[in-house]
Amino acid sequence: MTSLTKNRPLLSIRDLRKAYGSNVVLNGLSLDAAEHSCTALIGASGSGKSTLLRCINLLEVVDDGVVELDGRDITDPRVNANEVRTKVGIVFQAYNLFPHLRVLDNVTLAPRKVHKVPKAQAEDEALAMLDRVGLRDKANARPDDLSGGQQQRVAIARALVTKPRVMLFDEVTSALDPELVGEVLELIRELSADGMTMLLATHEMSFARQVADRVCFLDGGRVLEHGTPEQVFGDPQQPRTRQFLRRITDAGRL
Amino acid sequence: MTQPEADSWQPSQLQLDRIRYRRSRTRRSVLIALVSTVVVLGAIVLFVGHAKGWPDTQKSFFDVRAGWDGLGAQIKALWLNIQIMLISEVCVLVFGAIIALLRTLQGPVFFPLRMLATVYVDLFRGIPLLIVIYLVVFGIPSLHISYLPKGSFTLSIVALTLTYTAYVAEVMRAGIQSVHPSQASAARSLGLTHGQSMRYVIFPQGLRRVLPPLLNDFVSLQKDTSLVSIGGAIEVVLTALNQQSQDFKFVHYVVAALIFVALSVPLTRLTDWIARRQGWVSGGAII
Repeated sequence: MTSLTKNRPLLSIRDLRKAYGSNVVLNGLSLDAAEHSCTALIGASGSGKSTLLRCINLLEVVDDGVVELDGRDITDPRVNANEVRTKVGIVFQAYNLFPHLRVLDNVTLAPRKVHKVPKAQAEDEALAMLDRVGLRDKANARPDDLSGGQQQRVAIARALVTKPRVMLFDEVTSALDPELVGEVLELIRELSADGMTMLLATHEMSFARQVADRVCFLDGGRVLEHGTPEQVFGDPQQPRTRQFLRRITDAGRL
Repeated sequence: MTQPEADSWQPSQLQLDRIRYRRSRTRRSVLIALVSTVVVLGAIVLFVGHAKGWPDTQKSFFDVRAGWDGLGAQIKALWLNIQIMLISEVCVLVFGAIIALLRTLQGPVFFPLRMLATVYVDLFRGIPLLIVIYLVVFGIPSLHISYLPKGSFTLSIVALTLTYTAYVAEVMRAGIQSVHPSQASAARSLGLTHGQSMRYVIFPQGLRRVLPPLLNDFVSLQKDTSLVSIGGAIEVVLTALNQQSQDFKFVHYVVAALIFVALSVPLTRLTDWIARRQGWVSGGAII
């Protein structure tokens, strides 16, 4: 599928609402992401970053609002969620690899069972993708035998191998050792440079600053402030944004 | 996180449409389920009702009058099954846990214990329960050792416990071994001994995971209490057998079957309920 027009955003979110009981996590959130763009979502824990990504992947049923992918409302209950998910890749904070499968089988599972790619071809593609993330030699290993950074790179390969239109990264380095964070961020940086459209929930402010085209500060279930990294980090307009960034700076994370 | 003051959200027209659509889908599913259930049941009734032997079968197997008359005696006999079941279940739980723990002990020091437990499990999982009952109920009294029990009630419990402990021990061992090693590391890191981490961390998690298969074994045990009639104990099935030999009506077996079903269903629901209340299970339908 090719992008229809340059102007229409690949991903368009309007007035999204998600509540768990009385806890309103997303409260009329709107956000657009152009093709080939990298959007960083920042904000305090509980500001709705993860929930937003889970809503885009249809892992959560939204309570109101619309998520459009390629101009099509994917939150419509008539839409086949499985088919939408083949176009949206997501990488989780805790990797969520399948521990009972080899690395190679983790990566080939979706191509073979969902996309019906023949085994040999699926394995060739998976090996190429593992090569891409620098883990070809670990194809026969079990996830538990890998380091956190390696596991997360496998998870990225698993999400990438089906060639999604959008990649969602949900605080993918939060569970990693500092020395392993670099290898994962470097991979994401390369993907972005290759033109992958991505949404990136992150606490790595300096990384967001370098990689993202746009930074969105989430607060109270909506996008309180957005702009280029220079704008948001350099000259935040909202008091809440300033307060948040100051706390991060004080903690030495920026 | 800032909570929006007094949530004033009203669903949009779009959301109202979605809600309406989902409701209509639910109604449709319920309707399909109802119709298909009625059709299947109807087909069964028609099929069975038109069988050539149905009138005779009905007279023998579904004679409500005779069944009702025999019910009282069966219920009275049921008390014996329930006693055997309850005592056996408690014994099986305790011994099963012990055997399972013995089998998970590590290190060469414990080799004899481990081996003993393994041999026991291999043996009693392999021998048919019927044979165990014969051997125990008739074998032990024939030894003429005065302090060993002779009554078929006690010996039946021994036989059932011997067999079911072997099954349950294996289920529990599977549960224990399914708990991720990181849990043991976390427990030991706090200074808990091997026994303590087993008791407070590993075993409780493992047990929760294997609750459904454990229940399976207990329902099975409930049914197998009927095998104690071999030793001459008058329990439900033997009562039904006697009734059938008097009036030649097979309805007594049907009644006995219903009694056992009535016994096992509450146990299943109870376990489901406990599991849900404790938040042990994340999903899955009950029926």
